[in-house]
Formats: sequence, C-alpha cells, structure tokens
Amino acid sequence: MAMLEIKDLEVYYGVICAIKGISFEVNQGEVIALIGANGAGKTTILHTITGLIPAKSGSIMFEGTDLLKTPPHKIVSMGMAHVPEGRRVFQNLSVLENLKLGAYTRKDKAEIADSLKMIYERFPRLEERKNQVAGTLSGGEQQMLAMGRALMSKPRIILMDEPSMGLSPLLVSEIFDIIRVISESGTTVLLVEQNAKKALSIADRAYVLETGSVKLSGKASELINDESVRKAYLGE
Amino acid sequence: MSFLSYLVSGISLGSIYALIALGYTMVYGIAKMLNFAHGDVIMVGAYAIYTICITWGLPPYVGVCGSIVVCAVLGVVIEKVAYKPLRKASSLAVLITAIGVSYLLQNSALLIFKSDTKSFTSVVNIPAIDLFDNQLHIQGETIATIVVSVIIMVALNLFINKTKPGRAMLAVSEDKGAAQLMGINVNSTISLTFLIGSALAAVAGALLCSSYPALSPTTGAMPGIKAFTAAVFGGIGSIPGAMVGGILLGVIENLSKGYISTQFSDAIVFGVLIIILLFKPTGLLGKKINEKV
Repeated sequence: MAMLEIKDLEVYYGVICAIKGISFEVNQGEVIALIGANGAGKTTILHTITGLIPAKSGSIMFEGTDLLKTPPHKIVSMGMAHVPEGRRVFQNLSVLENLKLGAYTRKDKAEIADSLKMIYERFPRLEERKNQVAGTLSGGEQQMLAMGRALMSKPRIILMDEPSMGLSPLLVSEIFDIIRVISESGTTVLLVEQNAKKALSIADRAYVLETGSVKLSGKASELINDESVRKAYLGE
Repeated sequence: MSFLSYLVSGISLGSIYALIALGYTMVYGIAKMLNFAHGDVIMVGAYAIYTICITWGLPPYVGVCGSIVVCAVLGVVIEKVAYKPLRKASSLAVLITAIGVSYLLQNSALLIFKSDTKSFTSVVNIPAIDLFDNQLHIQGETIATIVVSVIIMVALNLFINKTKPGRAMLAVSEDKGAAQLMGINVNSTISLTFLIGSALAAVAGALLCSSYPALSPTTGAMPGIKAFTAAVFGGIGSIPGAMVGGILLGVIENLSKGYISTQFSDAIVFGVLIIILLFKPTGLLGKKINEKV
C-alpha cells in the first residue's frame, strides 16, 4: 500500500475548478516530484493535503487515514510536515523560536533537544543565527529555517513547495543537496518545483501537471529524456 | 505636590486603560478585528461584582473571581457566536457585528439592571497612605490598581514569551496557515485570546468601579473607547505598546484635568492621539507593516 494515496481529488476556488480529479501516490522512501507551469495546481495540491484549503471531492489517504476528514492541526503529529511556498517562517520570532514551534506537537524535551542538535548540524548557519529574528535572514537562510522547522516535527514524509524559489543558482544546488540528504535519512519527500530539471534530477518518480490534471507520469530518469517534457519544461 | 498627586492618579487610571487596551490589542493581533464590544465586557464584569457582593452579600474576592469567570466565558461565547462565523468575511461586516454585540450587551444590562446608576462599593480594602508630611495623599484603590496592573502585565509577558500556548498565540497572530502547519489549533488559540482579554477586562472593571464607583449600562463605553485609543496610541497589535499607551493616556488625561481644563481633558487626549498618528502612523511601538508582494 502506498504511504500517501490521492484519489480523484477535486478542488475549487469559488466556481473555478483548480484541481480536476487528480490521482497519484507516494510510496515509503520515495522522492516524488510534481512539476508543471504556474497555475498547474501544484501548490493547491499540497495545501489540500495538509488541510490549508478544503477539497470538493476525492480522498487523501495517509497510512490508512483520510486526511480530508482529519482536523488540519492533527496532521503534523501523524508524521507529515509541510514546507510551504514562500517559506512562511515567523518573521518576528527568533530562529530558535521558529524551530521550537516546529516541535509544537512533541512532548519529550530531551528528544526535542536531540532534534535541534541534529538540525544545527545539518544547517550550521541556523545555529550561528539562532537568536536572530527570522525576518532579517536572507532568502536562502529562511528556506533552511523553514526546512529545519518542518524537520523538528520528526516527519516520516515532508512536503516541499518550491524550495528553490528566488534563490541564487549556488543556493539552489545547496538546497537540493539538503533534500537529497533528508531523503537518504529515510524521510519520504513530495516535492513541488518549477525548476523541473533540478527536481527530476533527484526524484524517483514524477508527475507532470497541466491546468489541474496529471498530463504525464513516470520514472524521473525517463521523463527527463522525454521529448515533450524537454520541450515544455526543460527549455530545450 | 499636586503634580505628583496628578501623576500618581494618572498612572493608576492609565493602568486600567492599559488592562483594557491589552484586550483590544491581543484580539486585534490574532483575529485582525476591532472588538468594539470589549468595553462593554468591563461593564458586565462590574455588574457581576455588584450582584455577587451587594445583592448576594458575598465577600469582594468572591465577587472579583466570579466576575473574571463570567467575563472569560462571555468573551469566548461572543467570539464563537458572533465573530467565528465571519472569519472569512470582510472586516467591515465584522466591525458592524462588534458594534451590534456592544449594543446587545448594553441593552441586556439595561433590561436586567435598569437605567439607574448603581453605587458600587470598592473591592479594595487597603488603607490610603500619606506621604511628604501629608501633602501627598494616595488612595488604597490607586495603590491596588497600580500593583495589580504591574503584576498582570509581568505575568502576561511571561505567559506569552515563555509558555507553549503563548508562543502559539504569537505564531497565530503572524500567520494562521503556517501556525496550523506546526500543529497549532488556530480556533482554540483564538478562543484563548478572547478568554484572556475578557478576564483582564473583568479585572479592569473591578478596579475602575472601585475608583469611580458609579455603575450604569454605559459604564464600559467611554473607558472602552479610551483604551482603544491607548491601544492605537501604543501601536495596535503590540502588547508592550498597549501598556505604554494606556499609562501615557491616563497620565495625559489627568494632567490636563489638573492643569488645563476638566471639560477639555478628553479633547486634549484625542488631540494628542491625532498628533502622534500624524508623525507615527503605526503608533509609538507599532511595527512597520510589511506588505507581502
């Protein structure tokens, strides 16, 4: 059984249908990329999975539980974290306070301290700036903070929305290296990206979205060589 | 010595404004709405004390505790019934609803307690003190107000910055969606904010009516508006701002009463507000609003 299974998902913004009956699945340990142009519905899908917006119909089964019937604030303690588009770190709080909020649903203080140590090892920049207010960090640092904050909940699956947005090419590579490390440590990754080339380079499988439906899907290594994908998304 | 005397009573009055302003500013920070019924919660709290202590003859501490419970419950109920269904509505709809709730509370009090002014007995039992060879006379109520307010402000600051529910409030006030992604229950955090704000209003009501012992259904209206002014003055949404704004407002009001004119004191207070806002539109300690692009 897939870890996360989305079936016939339909999402509306008012009368406009944003997601037109999408189905896909994510298996334990995979890196799955959702790629597609602006407005294809990638972010909407992630927002629907973690309950930020309601669905019209369909189901989102996460390890046997329908997330559409779960109160949104309960989802993170089930083992799913979401790094939202635009990072959305708490600008007025310090780096440390942001990270602690990531562990909001966890009780064991010693374990939380361990996670914090692990995150500081992975993102040394965050430790250097732990008392700095998050709003004063650079874009790349804020992205690292958003990822670190999500990892503080000890997720088994992590949803990442446009982690490369607005970052310099050097930082983009750094962020993708981090995603690879996160995946290698056993966390399943569902990645939404406009940078299709980068996304396909680290993904196991990918779904190509176009205006609210899945247009293509398959192994990332095959999609990267697909003629239509190369033309439409890789700019070749 | 009259300056010191005006100053001390100004700080005392200002502390009451600050307690009320905290309710305005916390609710604004978290729900992005102006709860104009907040002033009337003070009045309900004062009537609760009146009923418990004078009608039923129970001791003052029972009255104050009872009033805190009544107001806390009232605040949560108001939010659930009147504001929660409008969470996605335009801010104008919410504002009009708040004004409606304000009239509902005033007129309910009018129905139950009638329009005559009740004389309130002070809940404070501290003797007045005289300083500087009896030149400076400080009422027990004044001392109690200042001490209680300081304790509450310190406790509130600790609560918000050091406890998990306090952090959750900060997170929700900044970004409800991101807070929810952290596993924070946004609805119960908003309820908690109304609960705390209204409980503070009950304390403010007890202190206010102990110093100015006339209670009528419109008792909460003017202090409510002044406290709202104080919250804007200090920077709406900012908790230290509400404290500073409230105390400054009380001091300015009392000094104008003492040295300029009793009749014009309110005009002077609001005049100062206008001047401050002209030079610092976000208030004294208000944060610059970063528009997301």
